[in-house]
Amino acid sequence: MSTATHNQPLPADAPAHPHPGISGDGHGHGTRRSYLIGFALSVVLTAIPFWLVMADVIADTTIATLTIMAFGVAQILVHMIYFLHMNTRSEGGWTMMAAIFTIIVIVIALSGSLWVMYHLNTNMMPGHVMDPALMM
Amino acid sequence: MSNTVQAEPGEKLEFYDVVSHEHTVHGSTQIGFWLYLMSDCLIFATLFAIYGVLGANFAAGPAPADLFNLPLVAASTAALLLSSITYGFAMLDMNEGKQGGTLAWLGITGVLGALFLGFTLYEFAHLIHLGAVPQRSAFLSAFFVLVGTHALHVLFGIIWLVTLLAQIWLKGLIPANQIRVQCLSMFWHFLDVIWIGVFTVVYLMGMLR
Repeated sequence: MSTATHNQPLPADAPAHPHPGISGDGHGHGTRRSYLIGFALSVVLTAIPFWLVMADVIADTTIATLTIMAFGVAQILVHMIYFLHMNTRSEGGWTMMAAIFTIIVIVIALSGSLWVMYHLNTNMMPGHVMDPALMM
Repeated sequence: MSNTVQAEPGEKLEFYDVVSHEHTVHGSTQIGFWLYLMSDCLIFATLFAIYGVLGANFAAGPAPADLFNLPLVAASTAALLLSSITYGFAMLDMNEGKQGGTLAWLGITGVLGALFLGFTLYEFAHLIHLGAVPQRSAFLSAFFVLVGTHALHVLFGIIWLVTLLAQIWLKGLIPANQIRVQCLSMFWHFLDVIWIGVFTVVYLMGMLR
């Protein structure tokens, strides 16, 4: 990052200006329309899984669990795009790079923990009845 | 043959500024705050991993289906979701330089956040009343740590928000305050993203077990 360009003076009388420079190449701004689209999508993506569980729509627990997780992931993506304004351009791509790195670490931590502990449970607790379905 | 670039006398050398940045003061605040959020994400990832590992160890105690009240969870989810859109409106008003609108929408966001916190505390009090305390089982320990950490984040978000209301009230939408509003916006939406994971994994999947 260049330090030379940090020396620009603050826009002294700028508070009322729509984009007074500080936005820079930071996170993008949403429009009223994009916020409303994101809100509508997340209401739908929240209501459906709650309805699925509360009304006991899907009899098979595994299928119901996977469906709910899919809705959760979809809603997280909606929030990242419409509310957190994530894109590949903000901060010269570093926002996205940090996010991708974090997601990789999260996937390793979650899948690794569940995998290892599941095998620990099944291999080291003879007589302990452990339903595999309970371990996700 | 030589590829060496010879600088003309008096020519301004620019080695790192190949891409034209539009950095100003606070130019690195947002990426720094984003990195903090990513590290916070890792804290929640470990808490989710703990819950995933221990969430089925009830120790002959109560299971999710005995404890959770989905309408209450739906109400707190609605409060948090609504607070996301009201914060969005606060951002839009701030970008248009409307101080009154920004303050009003931020205030509504804070009330909705407090409502969410109230629901969570009510649930905790109810569980403790039932004897479902963190010491009862590994499932309950993991549950209270995960949901409690999220609630603690919301509490600090509300404290930050109230502080920001006072700062905007006193000093207006100066650039420093705008950056703060933008950072809190990221924090607030981030907490909503975490909550999506909580209600999906803890409450909805818990009720399916």
